[in-house]
Amino acid sequence: MRTSKAAIVGAADAAAELWAGFAKFGWLFWLALAWIGWIVLAAGLADLLPLPSPTDMDMLERRAPPSAAHWLGTDRLGRDMLARLIHGGRISLTVAILAPLIGLLIGGALGILAGYFRGLLETVVVGGVDVLLAFPPLVLALAITAYLGQTVANLTYIIGILSIPAFTRVARAATLSLAKREFILAARAMGATELRILLRELLPNVILPLMAFFLLAVAVTIVVEGALSFLGLGVPPPAPSWGGMIGEGRESLETAPRIAFLPALFMFLTVLSFNVVGDTLRVLTDPRQAAL
Amino acid sequence: MGAATQARPARPLLAIEGVSVELPTPRGALRAVAGVSLELAAGRTLGIVGESGSGKTMLSRAVARLLPRRAKLTGAVHFDGHNLAELDAEALRRLRGRSLAFVFQDPMTSLNPVLTIGAQIIETLREHLGLDRSAAVRRAIELLGQVGIPSPDQRLRQYPHQFSGGMRQRVAIAIALSCEPKLLIADEPTTALDVTVQAQILDLLAREQRRRGMAMILITHDLGVVAGRTDEVAVMYAGRVVERAPTHILFKAMRMPYTQALIAAIPKLDAPPHTPLKAISGLPPDLTRPSEGCAFAPRCPYASGRCRQSPPPLTGSGAQQFACWHPLEPAVATAP
Repeated sequence: MRTSKAAIVGAADAAAELWAGFAKFGWLFWLALAWIGWIVLAAGLADLLPLPSPTDMDMLERRAPPSAAHWLGTDRLGRDMLARLIHGGRISLTVAILAPLIGLLIGGALGILAGYFRGLLETVVVGGVDVLLAFPPLVLALAITAYLGQTVANLTYIIGILSIPAFTRVARAATLSLAKREFILAARAMGATELRILLRELLPNVILPLMAFFLLAVAVTIVVEGALSFLGLGVPPPAPSWGGMIGEGRESLETAPRIAFLPALFMFLTVLSFNVVGDTLRVLTDPRQAAL
Repeated sequence: MGAATQARPARPLLAIEGVSVELPTPRGALRAVAGVSLELAAGRTLGIVGESGSGKTMLSRAVARLLPRRAKLTGAVHFDGHNLAELDAEALRRLRGRSLAFVFQDPMTSLNPVLTIGAQIIETLREHLGLDRSAAVRRAIELLGQVGIPSPDQRLRQYPHQFSGGMRQRVAIAIALSCEPKLLIADEPTTALDVTVQAQILDLLAREQRRRGMAMILITHDLGVVAGRTDEVAVMYAGRVVERAPTHILFKAMRMPYTQALIAAIPKLDAPPHTPLKAISGLPPDLTRPSEGCAFAPRCPYASGRCRQSPPPLTGSGAQQFACWHPLEPAVATAP
């Protein structure tokens, strides 16, 4: 009897907590999360959805307005826009998530190690990061695609490498301030190994600002990938990507502006959503860090 | 090892011999600790008293080699059959926590904010004592109960920010006590706490110390904290021990003018209103520029030419030692 009552109270508490959590983030956050959710789901299941092929051309239906057959119309080669947007989202999102992941893993690790061990390691890491920052990114992108070819993988590596410095700096700055806290000293005083201090004491603390930054980096990467594709350095045609679609749509701007604006809108909404979610999480993690 | 301690029972648990700590600063080497020697027998309590910057914290960190990376440590620290100053890093790490534990000043930052209290205690227990998970959980609940945390089984799942300052310090003490250390070093354990909580924490430390028979070093700037809670007190000034005596003797018959000034500086609750506090005039010396004579001479009312020329050695008979050219007469010191 008592247990069931406790369970009911517990459930009510959980529901109230859930609602409090829901209200705390605000409707913009949930709208943004919903957009990210649907675009990721659609891109992930693109092959299973009843969509026309994104590369099949229909020369009789070029630049067709939205219709029952083509919900968002067709582009200048008569390819279905909706299919291309969803398949394009797949490539754009793959690059946008995997590239910052490279930065997060390598940059985060370097930053934590440099911030904790200081000394020569820090000098080398900070110096290396500065060199990478000083290198013109477009030239690096051109050089790598010219030698290694234009593939989704190469595009991911390029943007990933370019995102390392920012992650290194965020991780190092967070580690520097955390390493001075007494709980690190307390862990050492209790006989913790350096590895344990890095993984158990520092990492769970540094991961909060890193994750918030990761979401912002995803947003930036979508734009960077779009810019590279627009310049013809991205995924080679006929495979669709949002940046590439904007580039192709440019030629039909006068007759059918929709062809350029639809991928731009998708990109805009996705970037905005990642920014909103990232910002909300950053604000959420900041005050607690400051309070402790 | 056990046989060695039995063969020489007189050997203290901790013997600090000529320990100095130098910290590199932009203005030159800072001698935070200058040739300190102290001893502490098992089960006893030593108070180390001094102003901010007197080197008391650096001395305590030097014991376990928890100094800043670039600090230079000289001298010997004999603890429980090892010389900690020369022990290899891995052996030293295994001693830390298990035989030698710390409680730090600020309980707001001495616990990891993103790990639950339980995780922080349980991991220490599993690491040092090799307990399995359920045994470690049981032991953690027991420890939290011992340090006076109500409903410890529920508190185990909470994060540090859900605890008050006093409760956090209790958790920090529970972690320090978790492996039954032989020596507990409490570095200003109550400075960051409310006055009402201070006495509770100090009583808790004293009770657990007696119950476990461990030795304790209590570091503080507050003479009121060491009175009645320590067997012996060492007063530090400018990186040196300037007076050392059993607690009851120190308060009644101090020989060093600095100790006298420190005791006089304690505000009296029964003093009439508007009684001026007897602050010690001047500032502690700049440790990057060591003076030739006694470091306290510029602030000392009894200082003479000799005090400014050569530093007084730590001398004295029996349990009481002091470093002063013009020691106070015990009779004078007892006068109000």
